[in-house]
Amino acid sequence: MTEEATATQVRQEIPITVHINGAAQSTAIAPNVLLSEFLRDHLALTGTHVGCDTSQCGACTVLVDGRVVKSCTILAVQADGMSVTTVEGLRAGSVLHPVQEAFRAHHALQCGFCTPGALMLAAGLLMDNPHPTRSEIREGLDGIVCRCTGYENIVEAVADAAERLAEEVRPHGA
Amino acid sequence: MALRGQSVPRLEDARLITGRGRYTADIQLAGQLTALMVRSPHAHARIRSVDGDRARALPGVHAVYTGQDTKGVLNPIPTAWLPPGSDLATTDHPALAWDVVRYVGDAVAMVVADSLAAARKARDLIEVDYEPLPAVTGVTEATAPGAPLVHEGVPGNRALFWHAGASTDEVEAALRQAEVRVRLPLVQQRLIPNPMEPRAAVAQYDPSTGKLTLWATSQNPHIHRLLVAGVLGLPEHRVRVIAGDVGGGFGSKIACYPDEVLVAHAARELRRPVRWVEERREHFVATTHGRDHVEEVELGGTRDGILTALKVRARANLGAYLSTAAPGVPTILFGLIVNGAYDIPHVAVDVEGVYTNTTPVDAYRGAGRPEATFLIERLVDRFAREVGMDPVEVRRRNLVAADRFPYTNALGITYDSGRYHAALDRALAMLDPGQVSRHREEARRQGRLLGVGVSTYVEMCGLGPSEVAGAVGFQGGLWEHALVRVLPTGKVMVMTGASPHGQGEETTFAQLVADRLGCSLDDVEVMHGDTDLVSMGWGTYGSRSTAVGGGALSVALDRVVDKARQVAAHTLEASVGDVVLEAGRFYVQGVQDRSVAFAEVALKAHLAWSLPAGVEPGLEAQASYNPTNFTYPYGTHVAVVEVDPETGDIHLRRYIAVDDCGPRINPMIVEGQVRGGVVQGIGQALWEGAAYDRQGQLVTGSLMDYALPKARFFPPIETDALETPAAHNPLGVKGVGETGTIAATPTIVNAVLDALAPLGIHNLDMPLTPERVWQAIEASGWKAAAGGQGGVQA
Repeated sequence: MTEEATATQVRQEIPITVHINGAAQSTAIAPNVLLSEFLRDHLALTGTHVGCDTSQCGACTVLVDGRVVKSCTILAVQADGMSVTTVEGLRAGSVLHPVQEAFRAHHALQCGFCTPGALMLAAGLLMDNPHPTRSEIREGLDGIVCRCTGYENIVEAVADAAERLAEEVRPHGA
Repeated sequence: MALRGQSVPRLEDARLITGRGRYTADIQLAGQLTALMVRSPHAHARIRSVDGDRARALPGVHAVYTGQDTKGVLNPIPTAWLPPGSDLATTDHPALAWDVVRYVGDAVAMVVADSLAAARKARDLIEVDYEPLPAVTGVTEATAPGAPLVHEGVPGNRALFWHAGASTDEVEAALRQAEVRVRLPLVQQRLIPNPMEPRAAVAQYDPSTGKLTLWATSQNPHIHRLLVAGVLGLPEHRVRVIAGDVGGGFGSKIACYPDEVLVAHAARELRRPVRWVEERREHFVATTHGRDHVEEVELGGTRDGILTALKVRARANLGAYLSTAAPGVPTILFGLIVNGAYDIPHVAVDVEGVYTNTTPVDAYRGAGRPEATFLIERLVDRFAREVGMDPVEVRRRNLVAADRFPYTNALGITYDSGRYHAALDRALAMLDPGQVSRHREEARRQGRLLGVGVSTYVEMCGLGPSEVAGAVGFQGGLWEHALVRVLPTGKVMVMTGASPHGQGEETTFAQLVADRLGCSLDDVEVMHGDTDLVSMGWGTYGSRSTAVGGGALSVALDRVVDKARQVAAHTLEASVGDVVLEAGRFYVQGVQDRSVAFAEVALKAHLAWSLPAGVEPGLEAQASYNPTNFTYPYGTHVAVVEVDPETGDIHLRRYIAVDDCGPRINPMIVEGQVRGGVVQGIGQALWEGAAYDRQGQLVTGSLMDYALPKARFFPPIETDALETPAAHNPLGVKGVGETGTIAATPTIVNAVLDALAPLGIHNLDMPLTPERVWQAIEASGWKAAAGGQGGVQA
């Protein structure tokens, strides 16, 4: 690479700070890098998967400031100043998030490739609607494609996670 | 308490739900380069030239490879299935096209660069000068006189011709004598597998040892090792193939692909690790497709519903090259089981395999058996309507009766066991005819048409006895291997030649080990997918992993226990015959206070301070298990659907699946396989289908154009199971990975056609999209007959 080209490259990079799974990540990044690429290739957070190139599959779904976002649909620079939660940051320390517990209990995953996206979608869905019906869950899962499970166990897992979350907020003995 | 039969949560989930899976695309090695393919935009063209010079001159670009560069360096990729007596016309399949491209997506060049961005820039600068040639995409046009030839040396584009069963004359005579004959033209549309993980490959070459390591999205790493070594001209022991976590396959990760050998080649040449990750748009054109038959099928029988003769003529589109298992799919895996679960005395099958200018076709979940099941289940429904009988009654009269096993069908294969009528009865009991009548009435009042569809099926899987593999031309052994290694602390490592990628064998196999040795699940690690770790294996496909791989594990466990018992007997100063293993302790029979823990025996075996004469130190055993027959899971599926005649929209009201895959080691996993398989089968019935235009462009080339099943389309799948042990394998298991897909497609189509029968609609090609259904309803003249009121006259 010529020095001039290198200089252009550097000038094009934009400094950003993104809070990822609770830790601030400050870096300079080219403006055409997708959030999904930033997570996987720059931060080695390979739990977020990329299954398509048209934003259909949802395997790359993360939470951005608590909202469900397919990380292939926004640029890393657009996440500047925001909080991003990936599947790696879903659990609190060694304690699994209720959606993770429920996915395991209900066999809501087989090959596991869509699972990170499904988990993040489920977590976001339950923040928006803590007591969804089975039908609302199925509608809510429209953002992901799972080729293995036939979805039913994912639906059951999300319903179960809703109950687990309700238990968590309810004081013990109440 | 035995773990076998319990729905224990999966061990593999711990990493997969926390983002710690290790898929091939996640691998990032020091100094790793990125590879991208240049693919043909033409279905058929002569390559005048490929100019990579401008790309090579770009900063960060390490190499550009073309067909001419690699000709003579890389051997053509062979097919691994050569059905005898099929006049198979094999052709060279170069990793990069030499002179001619034969389908859209055919790889022409590969660029290797420092970064994805640099590789993309370089790819855009590679200039390929094409001279377009006429293309053929469907079997009908490809076999028409004067059709353009996909391969110059293959006249009529005929890749193979295969016959099975009785002579065509005999079956035609039987059909002439039949009181009732029904005939159907059927189209098994082409499907695109779409596992959620795209394919990927990472290769690393170690110049100091001459060893090449290839991480690949593979269902069968040992087969990949064999083929990659052959294509690269490397000695097999200097190639290591690793399939880490693999994100689904459904048959599409069996084949050895150009991309994998090219990445390996580049790593060897450049002495740098190289990674290639398939883009989804590439998956659509460059990963093998499935199905794609055009069939004429005919069934004869008596007025009281007894089936006597079946004639099948199928033309199978194999695409532009013969993929790894491709020639066996529309022949052996299809033709030998076209009679399904029915006793039909006269059967003849003719299959013509055809080359076209399309993506190669290979195994896709079920591979041949869904096509077989579809045709017989459609024919039985059509036959029932013709003789005026309930389709269930026709099935009941022709299903192979439970007292006739082992049953050899007219095509020469022997079904080992089954209770077909019991499965049918169970499914119908779940259906509840009273509820169906109420739903039918409710639908009628609301202007919708309700239909009930039934399919019974039997699958030939658990592939398979090695002698049979040889007899049918499969270039592999199909037995399976397992090694059980007990460590000094009593912890257990299992190495299996099965290569699961979602099926959960890390758990299923651990359950078997824990039960047999009396340890806990946490004491067991099941390892797979690495050719340097596992001595041999034939992989996961054809619903074989638990039946064949589990069989090998079972035998290896027996051997470990036998040896441990000798050490225990020595320790307990008892005779070997008196020592029994129960819940992790060896006891002297009848003397409860004389016992030693299995883990302690493991330690003694390793310390070897005091072993019985002739017993070697250590505690491990391996087994290679070769089954004596295929396995034959079967069942009955029932669907209730509603059709809106105003829109052609189909609403799934109920789906019932009763399957017998033998004793279920982990019912939760088995049900998961059934549910996932059913949804995939329904995908074929209602939404999925690849479409090419006349120029050979794939018009369903993305997830925006190719409709995969979504959660909101489905009711809960109601499941139940029979557990009839397979007669011949140690675990009695039969396989379950494909049953749902096999059964669901005809079940749904039969249900929709039942709904449309009052309109005189008796056959429709899949997928049954609202538009196709609506067109058929319009063409039926039903609206005019109903006075344009849309009232249902059923």
